[in-house]
Amino acid sequence: MYDPTVARLTYRALLGRRRALILGALPLLLIVISVLVRVLAGADDQTASDLLGGLALATMVPIIGVIAGTGAIGPEIDDGSVVYLLSKPVKRPTIIFTKLIVAIAVTMVFSALPTFIAGFILNGNGQQIAVAYTVAALVASIAYAAIFLLLGTVSRHAVVFGLVYALVWEALFGSLVAGARTLSVQQWSLAVAQKVAGGDMVTSDVGLTTATVLLAVVTVVATWYAGQKLRSLTLAGEE
Amino acid sequence: MTTLSIDHVSRWFGNVVAVNDITMTIGPGVTGLLGPNGAGKSTLINMMGGFLAPSTGTVTLDGQQVWRNESIYRHIGIVPEREAMYDFLTGREFVVANAELHGLGAKAAQKALATVEMEYAQDRKISTYSKGMRQRVKMASALVHDPSLLLLDEPFNGMDPRQRMQLMDLLRRMGDEGRTVLFSSHILEEVEQLAWHIEVVVAGRHAASGDFRKIRRLMTDRPHRYLVRSSDDRALAAALIADPSTSGIEVDLAEGALHIQAVDFGRFTALLPRVARDHGIRLLTVSPSDESLESVFSYLVAA
Repeated sequence: MYDPTVARLTYRALLGRRRALILGALPLLLIVISVLVRVLAGADDQTASDLLGGLALATMVPIIGVIAGTGAIGPEIDDGSVVYLLSKPVKRPTIIFTKLIVAIAVTMVFSALPTFIAGFILNGNGQQIAVAYTVAALVASIAYAAIFLLLGTVSRHAVVFGLVYALVWEALFGSLVAGARTLSVQQWSLAVAQKVAGGDMVTSDVGLTTATVLLAVVTVVATWYAGQKLRSLTLAGEE
Repeated sequence: MTTLSIDHVSRWFGNVVAVNDITMTIGPGVTGLLGPNGAGKSTLINMMGGFLAPSTGTVTLDGQQVWRNESIYRHIGIVPEREAMYDFLTGREFVVANAELHGLGAKAAQKALATVEMEYAQDRKISTYSKGMRQRVKMASALVHDPSLLLLDEPFNGMDPRQRMQLMDLLRRMGDEGRTVLFSSHILEEVEQLAWHIEVVVAGRHAASGDFRKIRRLMTDRPHRYLVRSSDDRALAAALIADPSTSGIEVDLAEGALHIQAVDFGRFTALLPRVARDHGIRLLTVSPSDESLESVFSYLVAA
């Protein structure tokens, strides 16, 4: 199911170009803000939770997920170089699964790791807040990578759709419409974080069981469907 | 023996019919797929390579369906027309990756790089390659697994004459080895020089098929028109009309040029410079006036 050559090509495409700079900018910003907040306001659990929930989990993780998930396959399909993967006796679902693993790994490294560091800077993991949000970021990384990899497979405008989903749906609708929160990767991952943190600093609108099931279903279905789409991918000529 | 069969294949995009009920069989040796731009050659090659589903009809390789069949790529090597090819890799890394995807190793990659004579630049990034070098590395990536069918979409586009000759030699060799090689081109001379067998596609339809000599005769027998300017038009006209390769010459005083109709293309192109030299006439302009592909193809289709 996992092809090391596909993985190597995907890593190099993701981390080699300007994309790496964009991937690195947001985590850096988060850490800089955390340092400033800590220096100016001191350690405070509520502030730590607000910043990690509002900036790290609600904004940074989905954006990193969009860049890594769509970037793992979108550009190859756009410029046609995916033909070198597709013209091989390699199962298409294997290509998708491998790219998913790479996208998850990259999203985790560039979102969960900085979340953890920022949490420690903000309040030294008081009330398990740093660990809880890191777990949320790890869980969300998996689902986001799968969703945005699918988006990168089916649409040429994957980045735009991805950002609209991440910023408008998750951030805006989520805060205005209660129902939208049930269908939000962010809320699902918060449910897991709530379990880890225990206290009332981290809360979710979705129950843990529902969240876990939805996370699993979305990840599996998105990955399966992306594999199917890749099997029937049409490379139009330039005529 | 590898045979690619295209059986009553059509492909439409919305209301546009790109390929219209084509049936052809491609066997061992070099076959040229000839047609003007937009004739449906790329659509056809994409269907042959399994990257596009036929709207109707079937494409099979030795009886095996090509569409949605990954295992078929053990036998097919593909050289796409598009340029994009992981530019951040070196030539060697690219070919090695292609070999690995076939379950092969660096040895197969090295052999393929040697075949296309790209070892000298194999450690340079692909982004620094010229068009011809890219084309050769693409060839290497298509050859790593020693395929019995090689599909090339406009392989000579943008290559200089020397690179073109090298690639032609290589493809000829592949054909001599008994591989089935199919390449598309919109340039008559390329196809003529290389292909043993020609399939002509015009406006999505299969216009002609057969031995290249037969089709070449059709192409060369048609009257060719030239516009010629020289230091002495009348003397040149008199000398040329004496030869059976010309069937008519008009002295156009207003244009200050000759309109020459040649019936034997090969003979005429050899005759013109010789006659001019023998009579001490300088040729100022020699340009074919009906060499547009459309006129050539429409002639072929009508024949």
